[in-house]
Amino acid sequence: MSENITKESIIKEENCVYKRTNLLVDKALSYCPGCGHGTAHRLLMEVLEEMNIQSETIGIAPVGCAVLAYEFLDIDMQQAAHGRAPAVATAVKRLMPEKFVFTYQGDGDLAAIGTAETIHACNRGENITIIFINNGIYGMTGGQMAPTTLPGMKSSTSPYGREVETMGNPLKMTELVAQLPGTYYVTRQSVHTPGNVRKAKKALRKAMENQKLNKGLSFVEIVSNCNSGWKMTPVQSNKWMEENMFPFYPLGDIKVPVE
Amino acid sequence: MKELRLMKGNEAIAEAAIRCGADGYFGYPITPQSEVLEYLMAERPYEKTGMVVLQAESEVAAINMVYGGAACGKKVLTSSSSPGISLKQEGISYIAGAELPCVIVNVVRGGPGLGTIQPSQSDYFQAVKGGGHGDYRLIVLAPASVQEMADFVKLGFDLAFKYRNPAMILTDGVIGQMMEKVELFESQPRLTKEEILKQTPWATVGKTPDRERNIVTSLILDSAIQEQHVNKLRDKYIEIEKNEVRYEKIQCDDAEYLFVAFGSSARICQKAVDMGRAKGIKVGLLRPITLFPFPKQVLFELADQVKGILDVEMNLGQMVEDVRLAVNGKVKVEHYGRYGGMIPSPDEVLLALENQIIGGK
Ligand SMILES: Cc1ncc(C[n+]2csc(CCOP(=O)(O)OP(=O)(O)O)c2C)c(N)n1
Ligand code: SF4
Repeated sequence: MSENITKESIIKEENCVYKRTNLLVDKALSYCPGCGHGTAHRLLMEVLEEMNIQSETIGIAPVGCAVLAYEFLDIDMQQAAHGRAPAVATAVKRLMPEKFVFTYQGDGDLAAIGTAETIHACNRGENITIIFINNGIYGMTGGQMAPTTLPGMKSSTSPYGREVETMGNPLKMTELVAQLPGTYYVTRQSVHTPGNVRKAKKALRKAMENQKLNKGLSFVEIVSNCNSGWKMTPVQSNKWMEENMFPFYPLGDIKVPVE
Repeated sequence: MKELRLMKGNEAIAEAAIRCGADGYFGYPITPQSEVLEYLMAERPYEKTGMVVLQAESEVAAINMVYGGAACGKKVLTSSSSPGISLKQEGISYIAGAELPCVIVNVVRGGPGLGTIQPSQSDYFQAVKGGGHGDYRLIVLAPASVQEMADFVKLGFDLAFKYRNPAMILTDGVIGQMMEKVELFESQPRLTKEEILKQTPWATVGKTPDRERNIVTSLILDSAIQEQHVNKLRDKYIEIEKNEVRYEKIQCDDAEYLFVAFGSSARICQKAVDMGRAKGIKVGLLRPITLFPFPKQVLFELADQVKGILDVEMNLGQMVEDVRLAVNGKVKVEHYGRYGGMIPSPDEVLLALENQIIGGK
């Protein structure tokens, strides 16, 4: 071992291949280890940093595990009532059209209590970005059934598995909003492998860039894990997600702008 | 320039909003206040002052749009009527918790439930005692004329921004629908970005390098800090009670009997005062203009002077509880009410005074 190798000699600008974005507050995330929320936060902040729009962006946090997103994202943020983020964002964007506005919502927030606000913001073609974290469960309140819970999937309010006859079918909100003339770009991504992380980041970048075009709403679903709610280890949960969530919620673009 | 016009109360709300430089209105149709949105859509203020007008998908969406706009330091308002105001309550509670300024208009109709589209004052409790969840207060203004409908939009915004607190205009279908002469105040421009930064430095307008990020939230998970926050709100409400009580005294100087009434009931009582005086009954009227803060002190003092008080409301008896608290047992306080959309006549009110207070002594 050479004596001159020190920490300082290694940590140099020219050796740097990856660095934590400056737009994440230096604070431990409140998410469970292994949860996709943290990765999604990081990607979004990397996108804002690369676009250099920190001072131009207003984020709307939901009610759900991401309610505290404003603790971690170093931008101006509002915390909206459960499900109402698209309405809140609508006003922010209408009143300050030159700003970039996004909502960050879970499946309970976006696809159950906030269904009306989601559909109408999409249908009006608000020039905002909706980021939809679909983990098929209510994480924050302790793992209850979500509108996106898969048939047969167990949760604390479907302890024997979701019975579609009595509990209804899972809702494919992303396919639904893609039908609306007001959406401009609709895609479904995941953040559980390096390859998917890269794709998801591209999608988020595009969704934010689209706001400059004034052509309508960009909707990015991220199918994610809730290892705590699913009662699995992070590794098991990602495997379970690939095997069960992806067949029902296939990844990829659903509506792409015709250039 | 000041301008005289004949207009409906609801139209006066809308015109006043444009004139006081409002940045946005978000609403959903409901009788008897739909003229507010209709007037704004017909006037197209977005082409003149840049004011945003949007018909939301529901009252729930509309109040949350108000939340979003107010959190950006913008001057925003919404209007609705009773069932719609019930739907807005979660949002109003969030707005109060996050200390955002805004104006909410309730053109009350009779209830409960879908009730009737006819006028009522049955949302007094909801407006004054909370309505939504948690420990909070609204500043509540009760106009009794179309003139005051216009003026209180401006006053409501001034108070809302002064105290960072939502202000409600509590009116009813009578004032909303009737036409009167209004002297409209001079138009003032909407605030510029720089003025907004100065007036509301806490607003979410984009984090610049010279400051920490701005966060608008009503979530405080640590109970000790939540308690401190509620204490801060309490101190603000005490301050409002100290500074902002407004009322009108009509023929009270020599009064032996007193009506207490707000809004359209006060208009009816005013007529009853004249009729009573013509009959030789020395009766006066105290009209609370602010329902929160309630004019407790003046009532406490009048209670030493008069022999009895008749509270007149278009409900089962809501404000009367506050009147009794203020009077503190010094004199008899009775309630006379019509409800379900029925409006009392001045004769009826005077007769009630004679029967319940003068005769019933
Ligand atoms: C009006 C209202 N109803 C219910 C709740 C309770 N609640 C908080 S978070 C939540 C569900 C969150 O689930 P999801 O949106 O899927 O987000 P996740 O926590 O899984 O990220 C519920 C029902 C609330 N806060 N407000
Ligand atoms: S409960 Fe689920 S969604 Fe919430 S932080 Fe934990 S793993 Fe993530």
